[in-house]
Amino acid sequence: MENKKKLLINVVIAIVVYAAVMILLNSGLLNRQMRSLITPICTNVMLAVSLCLIVGFLGELTLGHAGFMSLGAYTGALLSLNLPFPPYVSLFIAIIAGGCVAAVAGAIIGIPVLRLRGDYLAIVTLGFGEIIRSVINALDITGGARGLSGIERLTNYNHFTLVFVLTLIVIVVVSNLINSRHGRAICAIRDNYIAAEACGIPVSRFKIMAFIISAFLAGIAGVVYAHNIGILKPANFDYNTSIEILVMVVLGGMGSIKGSIIAAVILTALPELLRGAADYRMLIYSIVLIAMMLFRNSNFNAALIEKKNLKAMQKLQKEGK
Amino acid sequence: MKKFGKFMVSAVAATLVVSSLTGCGSKEDETEAPTETSAETDDASVETNEEETTTSGETAEFLIGGTGPLTGPNASYGTSVKQGAEIAIQEINNAGGVTVGDTTYTLALAFEDDEATEDKAIQAYNTLMDQGIQVLMGGTTSGATIAITDLTAEDGILQITPSGSAPECIQYDNAFRICFSDPEQGTAMADYAVDVLGYTKVAVIYDNASDYSAGIAEAFEEEIAAKGGEVVASESFTTGDTDFNTQLTKIKGTDAEVIFIPAYYQDVTYITKQASDMGMELPFIGSDGWDGVLATVSDPATVEGAIFASPFCAAVDDPNVVAFVEAYEAAYSATPDQFAADAYDAIYTIKAAMEQAGSTESEDLIAAMTEITVNGLTGESITFSAEGAPNKEIKYVEIKDGQYQYVEE
Repeated sequence: MENKKKLLINVVIAIVVYAAVMILLNSGLLNRQMRSLITPICTNVMLAVSLCLIVGFLGELTLGHAGFMSLGAYTGALLSLNLPFPPYVSLFIAIIAGGCVAAVAGAIIGIPVLRLRGDYLAIVTLGFGEIIRSVINALDITGGARGLSGIERLTNYNHFTLVFVLTLIVIVVVSNLINSRHGRAICAIRDNYIAAEACGIPVSRFKIMAFIISAFLAGIAGVVYAHNIGILKPANFDYNTSIEILVMVVLGGMGSIKGSIIAAVILTALPELLRGAADYRMLIYSIVLIAMMLFRNSNFNAALIEKKNLKAMQKLQKEGK
Repeated sequence: MKKFGKFMVSAVAATLVVSSLTGCGSKEDETEAPTETSAETDDASVETNEEETTTSGETAEFLIGGTGPLTGPNASYGTSVKQGAEIAIQEINNAGGVTVGDTTYTLALAFEDDEATEDKAIQAYNTLMDQGIQVLMGGTTSGATIAITDLTAEDGILQITPSGSAPECIQYDNAFRICFSDPEQGTAMADYAVDVLGYTKVAVIYDNASDYSAGIAEAFEEEIAAKGGEVVASESFTTGDTDFNTQLTKIKGTDAEVIFIPAYYQDVTYITKQASDMGMELPFIGSDGWDGVLATVSDPATVEGAIFASPFCAAVDDPNVVAFVEAYEAAYSATPDQFAADAYDAIYTIKAAMEQAGSTESEDLIAAMTEITVNGLTGESITFSAEGAPNKEIKYVEIKDGQYQYVEE
């Protein structure tokens, strides 16, 4: 009963968001700045949700998410530039292939994951992301430092439906996984590694699985990114990008998909909304970031949550009577 | 659910904070904009405002958009472009604006930050279009420029990039550039090295993570080979490297006669210093990124005799350049670089196009671009081809006795 109600609410939210954006787009109420923000927001939501699987639910810190994204982006862009099929067929193949290549990389990085935990793993993923970037920079087929340009813009705001559906798929995959038996195993590994192992959970298998799925989804996000911007350069996939995604996940509350989504939306839109502040834009952005993090952990916030929980308890008690 | 609620509260608070901030931000911007674009011409702007409200039709404002990095690691390029353009706009407005037909236009600049990244460039351009710009002077870096060329072509707006040097920056008919392209510069330097300086064996050190550096190096090496010369060493580094001993040691082991460094002055400073520490006495040649190197080297002797291609050099004794440098230093207490000079020329190019077209419609402006001749800081009588490339002579600067000097022909 509870689950069905939750599902219904989520479906309604998705439809309302979609309808609202479509109406705004078609009625011309959105200005160009906001219109061009739509796809970056969706891309960042996909990236944040996929990273949330590793950082939030598996409980391992990774700093190489931009590496997976760049693999997807480059694979997708190369395919859609070179395949002789109609654009949408190429894009479909690009999305699948982009995800798969990133997933293979996820499997490769998953192997050291078996031996490392915590800070050590974070450094390994950081190195891995930089290796991917350096390789892309050195290859001829990727255009080196000059990058790939002339990619058809198949995922810009004109194709919102496609981007929205992809974003939904990513969210549904992660949330369904988390609510499944596998997801509970992943969370158990986060909560207590030794206890999980003692209960017979094949820890290494689930860790690799989480990495592969997360990388696959980041790869898809990369393909969408590439077909929105139209040009790819290796410099855009450095560790700063990885950290930006990580900030979204941390701000959204580790292990909360909804939180990650909202944080991704806010953090993507915020620098654009602050354009009016001219020279102080990045300063204000940083201050807002700090303020949001402080508020999240403040006593005031804790009190608010306690109050809310109390109400829920009282409601439950009443129903019990 | 617990965490979600927790987040919602903070999210709402944050949006409140943000909206209040943007509120005052945009207000500030509105009041700031006119003073910024016509800093020393308060009287003039007041007059035009009065005229606008009273007579109307006689004067109007022509809004030029600009994009470039104002934050991030490449912030200095965008800042220079913005400031160079502001100097030009101030000069033009002080001299009475631009007369097109019966209307006198005062120029104004709206500049948005693109952080030198492709996705932010698209946002910046769209923000400018929301503000109603009539011409785009941008982007500043190649990647960001390429990212917005599709959009400007779709909108049919005239785009003049001061410093986007990749060939793809001007792939559409509406896009023009002021600077030399990377391949042009590489080819020109190779011709100069072989034909004028008489070198046949060259070594190259370039930044393989920079499209600018790699683009020049590639064209340079091709042209050297075509001229019958030989590239005896081609060494690369990555943006941010400070130790070049490996590359220099390799070059020392070859019979290179000259080292070509297509890079920015920060890298050049390290390379030349370390080469001199190693006792290498090979001469250097470079690209236009060298401008400014004398300010960063600890000992000018390390770069003595170096020759680089440069469209603009602030320390050169030329009346136009001196006037520009003085105005720039007075306004911003900084020495202008080639980015500022390119932007300055871009604004004068827009002015020339407006006057030639006799209209401010994008179509007419684009058509006029191939008919105009601009006397700028980066070249005398610059003309533009239909492809969008500038036709101007490349100038070479030599460092002699610790000073920049144009090489006499």
